Amino acid sequence: MAKEYLTVKEIVGPLVLVDEVSGVKYEELVELELPDGEIRRGKVLEVNKKLALVQLFEGSSGVNIFGSRVKFLGKGVELGVSTDLLGRVFDGLGRPIDGGPRIIPEKRLDINGNPINPYARDYPSEFIQTGISAIDGLNTLVRGQKLPIFSGSGLPHPQIAAQVARQAKVVGKEEEFAVVFGAMGITFEESDYFISDFRRTGAIDRAVLFMNLADDPAIERISTPRMACTAAEFLAFEKDMHVLIILSDMTNYCEALREISAARKEVPGRRGYPGYLYTDLSSMYERAGRIKGRKGSITMMPILTMPEDDKTHPIPDLTGYITEGQIILSRQLHKKGLYPPIDVLPSLSRLKDKGIGKGKTREDHSDVFNQLFAAYARGKEAQELAVILGEAALSETDKLFFSFADRFEGEYIAQGENEDRTIEETLDLGWKLLSMLPVEELKRIRPEYIEKYLKK
Amino acid sequence: MEQGTIIKVSGPLVVAEGMNEAKMYDVVRVSEKRLIGEVIELRGDQASIQVYEETGGLGPGEPVFSTGEPLSVELGPGLIRSIYDGIQRPLNVIREEVGDYITRGVDVPALNREKKWAFQPSSLKAGDEVSAGDILGTVQETPTVVHKILVPPGLQGVVEEIKGGEFTVEETVARIKTDSRVVEVNMLQRWPVRKERPYREKISPDIPLITGQRVVDAFFPVAKGGTACVPGPFGSGKTVLQHALAKWCDAQIIIYCGCGERGNEMTDVLMEFPELDDPRTGDKLINRTVMVANTSNMPVAAREASIYTAITIAEYFRDMGYSVALMADSTSRWAEAMREMSGRLEEMPGEEGYPAYLPTRAAQFYERAGRVKCLGSDSREGALSVIGAVSPPGGDLSDPVVQATLKVVQVFWSLEDWLAYERHFPAINWLSSYSLYIDNLEEYFRKEVAEDWADMRKGALKILQQEAELKEIARLVGVDALSPQDRLTLDTAKSLREDFLHQNAFHEVDTYTSFAKQYRMLRAIILFHNQAQKAFQEGMEFKKLASLPVKEEIARMKYIPEDKIQTFDQLEEKVKAQMMDN
Ligand SMILES: Nc1ncnc2c1ncn2[C@@H]1O[C@H](COP(=O)(O)OP(=O)(O)OP(=O)(O)O)[C@@H](O)[C@H]1O
Ligand SMILES: [Mg+2]
Repeated sequence: MAKEYLTVKEIVGPLVLVDEVSGVKYEELVELELPDGEIRRGKVLEVNKKLALVQLFEGSSGVNIFGSRVKFLGKGVELGVSTDLLGRVFDGLGRPIDGGPRIIPEKRLDINGNPINPYARDYPSEFIQTGISAIDGLNTLVRGQKLPIFSGSGLPHPQIAAQVARQAKVVGKEEEFAVVFGAMGITFEESDYFISDFRRTGAIDRAVLFMNLADDPAIERISTPRMACTAAEFLAFEKDMHVLIILSDMTNYCEALREISAARKEVPGRRGYPGYLYTDLSSMYERAGRIKGRKGSITMMPILTMPEDDKTHPIPDLTGYITEGQIILSRQLHKKGLYPPIDVLPSLSRLKDKGIGKGKTREDHSDVFNQLFAAYARGKEAQELAVILGEAALSETDKLFFSFADRFEGEYIAQGENEDRTIEETLDLGWKLLSMLPVEELKRIRPEYIEKYLKK
Repeated sequence: MEQGTIIKVSGPLVVAEGMNEAKMYDVVRVSEKRLIGEVIELRGDQASIQVYEETGGLGPGEPVFSTGEPLSVELGPGLIRSIYDGIQRPLNVIREEVGDYITRGVDVPALNREKKWAFQPSSLKAGDEVSAGDILGTVQETPTVVHKILVPPGLQGVVEEIKGGEFTVEETVARIKTDSRVVEVNMLQRWPVRKERPYREKISPDIPLITGQRVVDAFFPVAKGGTACVPGPFGSGKTVLQHALAKWCDAQIIIYCGCGERGNEMTDVLMEFPELDDPRTGDKLINRTVMVANTSNMPVAAREASIYTAITIAEYFRDMGYSVALMADSTSRWAEAMREMSGRLEEMPGEEGYPAYLPTRAAQFYERAGRVKCLGSDSREGALSVIGAVSPPGGDLSDPVVQATLKVVQVFWSLEDWLAYERHFPAINWLSSYSLYIDNLEEYFRKEVAEDWADMRKGALKILQQEAELKEIARLVGVDALSPQDRLTLDTAKSLREDFLHQNAFHEVDTYTSFAKQYRMLRAIILFHNQAQKAFQEGMEFKKLASLPVKEEIARMKYIPEDKIQTFDQLEEKVKAQMMDN
């Protein structure tokens, strides 16, 4: 029987300081019982002699100094796992909220996990076809990759993430897959969109959902993505499934972290976010990957909304420093009515180089995407120039690039929300658009491929 | 063993009391789990300890054991091909012991204790006088690397015995009699990571580290024994460049330190290097490489240490007389680890929360690079080149880590996001980057590359500078309003950028370019430029020039294989001929 303490000394924001404790461990799980019997959970952030600093997941509103009983549970925050997680909906702390039965866990896992030994990793190189040209052709996703979507408020990231979840496949393979969805502070509408979409396509049976919505306790969000990662690790590396984790919205997660840091009066880093935000984010993002000798994989798609659409804001910035590329959505394209509004120039998949080419997608893939990028960049440049000098001032070639850029956006980037293009279709579409340009401008493509694939 | 008691746990920081005997930077073992930590602050009998493993589950009352020794690395045969964590625990052995995830309290030696190495004694005999740095013998560690067993620093005396044969690293290979006693020397040295290893003297670096990367070798070269930094926002190509240098630079030993970055990037090296042939030895690249990997999700204190672990191993090979290159990706993560510890110690924060000693630490680190006369009587030379990536928030170069680094390094490769967006790789800005070694290296280039190399380089850089100015003007008045001469300048600059500077690290031919080929490439572009200038004077129109078929060949010259360099002769002939025809 764990000892109970009635020695709460201070309450500051979501933090509670408990005095006169003994035997308390760092990161230990805590239960705080209010006089009316309500239980709040928390974890130990620091122990200093007889003082324990506890972070309450459900926040401290309604907690008082004198009536609360605190219990230290002698273990960290855990998630009970089993394949019965599939098809179920949980709150941000892993408690079922779908009215279904309790999960009888096969085992209980600490949600912080352990770092994958870099020596045990297998390099992600299996091409995932998402059916979206701007991703498959230009920002190719591979199994085991962590590829975030940098979005902005009001942009269609839920639609894109759902489309990826729906269409993603490794061509020519039928394997067990699962989707783990971690919602942090998103609106009911957004979460409902995902759930209905999963229901509509039947994907719900292969999905595990952890939902912390906008009106749920903010501090709880700190555990939600870790719950998701823990479930994913279990399904991928113990049950051989190919798991896609979608985490939305990481911005809300980071804000919760900032709240705690502020309450602890830590020296703030940029824009008030704690200096350890990079390390903290990486402890989740790096849980994606492949492991040698194990069949499953974890592919991760964190979604974040960039405050003021600013890519240099610490949240997208630090995310970009950890993930293996980023897909950036553009408000401008969205306003033009384009779906998906993917801004391909600053978007990037870093693992594409080993996932594309002969035997994976097609031999010409790498050259074609290099050329498409270069041509689109040049076309955009020509368009900017035309704004200043007028279209007439452009050279003949630049005019060609100008209209190439327009068609590229309209035909290649844009596609239907339910349109599932094969990689061949995507590549051929690229060639078709490139054929607008003079051959001598196709410097980034090997002559033999031009010979073979370019149809004039 | 001296024992203290934990009184506080806050993330990677543990404070213990009863630590009267502890010294600064001593290694301690924390709790019965025997987690490894290092003393970083002492107040009275209280020691602040940074713990190199996760501290979850620790609490007041648990014991702390002193070891009385500073954080050290093991040096000897077996280093090459190893992959270590930040405190030199071999990750492959950890995996064998505890599986695919790194758990706590794993205790494994850095060097294999059972493996026997064939030790070949040098020509020293009993009675010879030796001192630190003298070569006692060698071990063929990999097909590429001859590991020299040296008299350890601080030791001086007379050889009593040296024996050849098969030995483990702990077995005695030589006995040396000093004034006071006989020292048994084996093949295992320990050295504290935060202390520079000694050498005789530093000498001025005047040989380039040849990297096969055109923008580096031709425009902003680094010397063997030099220092360089690669700052850039995320995705701008720091890691790809560091990997390319690790693969192709002509150092004899590569130490690759992944400091707080991605796990997959280390896997990439681990999987690729055993496959790649070293262009110089023909052997596999892995056979000259040591890796230190403390990825971003591994404990943050060990990340702080990883840089020192790596550079100490690098110095050890330098002491053998090798040219060593250390790539550190990314030093920003090291600085951030320092910042985190500093914050937990509640030190007075400096800029952006970094401790005030950041610039000193950065300088101390880069000062460990250099070209040196090694200890030892054969006056051999070694070189340690250090190339550090820096990851400033938002790519902002006013970042304290960038600024602290720029004060000490001699080469600055500025990676920029707009170049990366255009897929101009390496995304090194040719206008703002610099190398302070240019003057030192000039003689080498004149002798080893070509008499006119320096002039060509200057000419090319000038054209690129002019381009920047002309583009401004063209923005206002349109390209057509420029004189043919100016349009030619723009055209040549574009060719320099696209046909010379742009280099695809993933293309089998383009990934590496020898100096001979770099010279011919640059020469072809400049030749075209000069010929065109002449042709203009004779009345050729700009339009014609742009449509010469040889332009396309120039665009493809980067794909000319190294063994077909003679085709550049034909290319130059074509330039001249096509220009004449008009
Ligand atoms: N020389 C090159 N040739 C071809 N592609 C390149 C080159 N350099 C960079 N790239 C492309 O840019 C991507 C990002 O490069 P890299 O991973 O080196 O960035 P980084 O600066 O290390 O970013 P971070 O700071 O996030 O680690 C690569 O995955 C690759 O697609
Ligand atoms: Mg990198």
